[in-house]
Amino acid sequence: MLELRHRGGCPGPGGAVAPPPREGEAAGGDHETESTSDKETDIDDRYGDLDSRTDSDIPEIPPSSDRTPEILKKALSGLSSRWKNWWIRGILTLTMISLFFLIIYMGSFMLMLLVLGIQVKCFHEIITIGYRVYRSYDLPWFRTLSWYFLLCVNYFFYGETVADYFATFVQREEQLQFLIRYHRFISFALYLAGFCMFVLSLVKKHYRLQFYMFAWTHVTLLITVTQSHLVIQNLFEGMIWFLVPISSVICNDITAYLFGFFFGRTPLIKLSPKKTWEGFIGGFFSTVVFGFIAAYMLSKYQYFVCPVEYRSDVNSFVTECEPSELFQLQSYSVPPFLKAVLRQETVSLYPFQIHSIALSTFASLIGPFGGFFASGFKRAFKIKDFANTIPGHGGIMDRFDCQYLMATFVHVYITSFIRGPNPSKVLQQLLVLQPEQQLNIYKTLKTHLIEKGLLQPTLKV
Amino acid sequence: MTELRQRAVREPDAPPEDKESESEAKVDGETASDSESRAEAAPLSTSADDTPEVLNRALSNLSSRWKNWWVRGILTLAMIAFFFIIIYLGPMVLMIIVMCVQIKCFHEIITIGYNVYHSYDLPWFRTLSWYFLLCVNYFFYGETVTDYFFTLVQREEPLRILSKYHRFISFTLYLIGFCMFVLSLVKKHYRLQFYMFGWTHVTLLIVVTQSHLVIHNLFEGMIWFIVPISCVICNDIMAYMFGFFFGRTPLIKLSPKKTWEGFIGGFFATVVFGLLLSYVMSGYRCFVCPVEYNNDTNSFTVDCEPSDLFRLQEYSIPEVIQSVIGLTTVWMYPFQIHSIALSTFASLIGPFGGFFASGFKRAFKIKDFANTIPGHGGIMDRFDCQYLMATFVNVYIASFIRGPNPSKLIQQFLTLRPDQQLHIFNTLRSHLADKGMLTAATEDE
Repeated sequence: MLELRHRGGCPGPGGAVAPPPREGEAAGGDHETESTSDKETDIDDRYGDLDSRTDSDIPEIPPSSDRTPEILKKALSGLSSRWKNWWIRGILTLTMISLFFLIIYMGSFMLMLLVLGIQVKCFHEIITIGYRVYRSYDLPWFRTLSWYFLLCVNYFFYGETVADYFATFVQREEQLQFLIRYHRFISFALYLAGFCMFVLSLVKKHYRLQFYMFAWTHVTLLITVTQSHLVIQNLFEGMIWFLVPISSVICNDITAYLFGFFFGRTPLIKLSPKKTWEGFIGGFFSTVVFGFIAAYMLSKYQYFVCPVEYRSDVNSFVTECEPSELFQLQSYSVPPFLKAVLRQETVSLYPFQIHSIALSTFASLIGPFGGFFASGFKRAFKIKDFANTIPGHGGIMDRFDCQYLMATFVHVYITSFIRGPNPSKVLQQLLVLQPEQQLNIYKTLKTHLIEKGLLQPTLKV
Repeated sequence: MTELRQRAVREPDAPPEDKESESEAKVDGETASDSESRAEAAPLSTSADDTPEVLNRALSNLSSRWKNWWVRGILTLAMIAFFFIIIYLGPMVLMIIVMCVQIKCFHEIITIGYNVYHSYDLPWFRTLSWYFLLCVNYFFYGETVTDYFFTLVQREEPLRILSKYHRFISFTLYLIGFCMFVLSLVKKHYRLQFYMFGWTHVTLLIVVTQSHLVIHNLFEGMIWFIVPISCVICNDIMAYMFGFFFGRTPLIKLSPKKTWEGFIGGFFATVVFGLLLSYVMSGYRCFVCPVEYNNDTNSFTVDCEPSDLFRLQEYSIPEVIQSVIGLTTVWMYPFQIHSIALSTFASLIGPFGGFFASGFKRAFKIKDFANTIPGHGGIMDRFDCQYLMATFVNVYIASFIRGPNPSKLIQQFLTLRPDQQLHIFNTLRSHLADKGMLTAATEDE
């Protein structure tokens, strides 16, 4: 890895550390002669040469220049810097929440675009970190290949989504029919082209680096792209399945922070010393209550509750339907110990609110693990924030790290407990089968429906 | 890299110089970091020679170059014979073998990761890697079992519950592993732990998903499993032979022993081999029929009416070849046309999987993935080209051959709401009526 150390000496983001790598290397070299038997040696020194530096070599990647807009700075110039920071975070939080509401108002299509935009930005942030860690700006082809793989995987997932949800639209267009029918093959061919390009681009001196970046790209794709598509699938189920989980995670973040701020005393985990048990538990209860109330308020509106459908006549997305049972008020009898408090025998709730308790519980108990994972990642690679996109908050990944586990959980929850498979997809697949198979299935279905009493046995064609 | 070199120095001397890849390593594997101590540039050598004593004694008279050749040759024949035996034993044994190969490959790659990162001492990590392997396998096998053993699953109550909430259970298991990972992060080892986490996941992605695609192909019909694998093996052997006898122009810097002559010769030989093999196999039901689970006999059966693909049809020969062969038409199975596509992929793109593995070995300065098979290296060394092939065959089948799985469709149908079921049923009925498939007889059943 000598050439990497050489390059470390060149001016760059970590340019100031040109002298130390030599010393670190020499010291590391001395260490290593006795390190295999010397268990006390910091293990970080030993693997230092595998990625061209020991921990002491790695500069803190300095955050780029302060991006706080001038206007804010002037408005807050009077306050001390601690409060100033607090205000900046607060204002940005409110700005992001308002942006969120605005996009919800604008509809599902805009939300899809937003999710796509966030995904691309997250991918970019993580890949940039990889470049910095491995100093691989100069690797031939690699940037192109990373973005190419992102494109391939997105093409694959969007193609599957489009085929499912826009079935009527797709049936009309001839070229789209062809693309849909051979979708997997086309996606695989595209991916293979990228794979072969990668193999052909392997350069003698940079094998290991290239493999690292290849793996880094793939793990990043696995995390960001698959989760973002699960988010979009949740969205199509009904905007409420998108809004309530995301708001629960945000609420948990904020309320855990506030509880920790006011009551925090016992540290929660060594990884994030600022988290406390009081914040964790307080955040849990407030998030459950918040989720409950948000579910109640949103369940009333068809706009949030209905699955998103594409209507070919109107050529746009519509959310109009008969709300399913989940979103119709039902009477639940109150358990005895609450009767005294509420002084009512029964209470009217949407069944969805019960589900929202499950979602909020997950958001509060397991969601933070996503945050710890990201903290560990930042600590491992010695970065303070993923990027500096949002002043006061860091990068997009910093805001979305807890969301990813949530999106997958909601998707798995929906497929396991709420809905069955997509009926139009089942129909579509039925129509593709061989006629004999169709006939067999027809007979089986008929028997089943007659058994269930849904069909009259003597029905004529 | 000093400690890697030190470990290499302390290992017994690398096997004799005539092993071809070693010269490659000396020529090609030296990165600039090696230049400072070329004297100790022995790659991280694998453990001592595993050749069984029997073979050693039998071949003790020959010179070591020919001895090596013989060892490789005998082991090749042994593996091929083993392959035939397993095919004879049936699909269940094949599934088990695929699973074992998968576990061994996973183990090999993870061991390399441990060696590279010296992470033997990392708390929990071995446990976690195997745990993730278990989770992902549980997820995939659950999906397979649900698809193909539908009736069996419906009968047994615990299986039915497991299958209904399968995704949720798998996700929960995975989450537990994820949380254990986060809780196991230790202050000084963050980066190592993240590396091993990433390494494990990429390995799972490569090894486990491909092995399940292999099993899906197997269920489609054993011929879809045997022909692709044989084509890759044939291509390996043929390219080696052609390269040995006629090789002159190097193919790629990454593997200096590959030549264009070997590549092209291997391509043509593999296509011909594929045509012949598919012709021979298409005649037998046990290879051609989808594997099904028979509830009554509680075993796998391969018994069916062969589909159109496996019935001889007449094809008219293009005039170009008519004069050569002297026939105007030829009888072929349509599957043989498909086998040309499979062989082409095996010869042209399959080697890229091999180059990828070579690059990987060069990047991490290992000569072989492991030393399981004497003369050949580890299991991964034999299977590196197969992985791309398995995915290709699966995608090929899904795109061009079969439609969706009817029993799976019925299964999905039964979970829909009644109004949705009625809607689909009516649409299907009108569709069939349009096609004229519905007669009064079927309606009265």
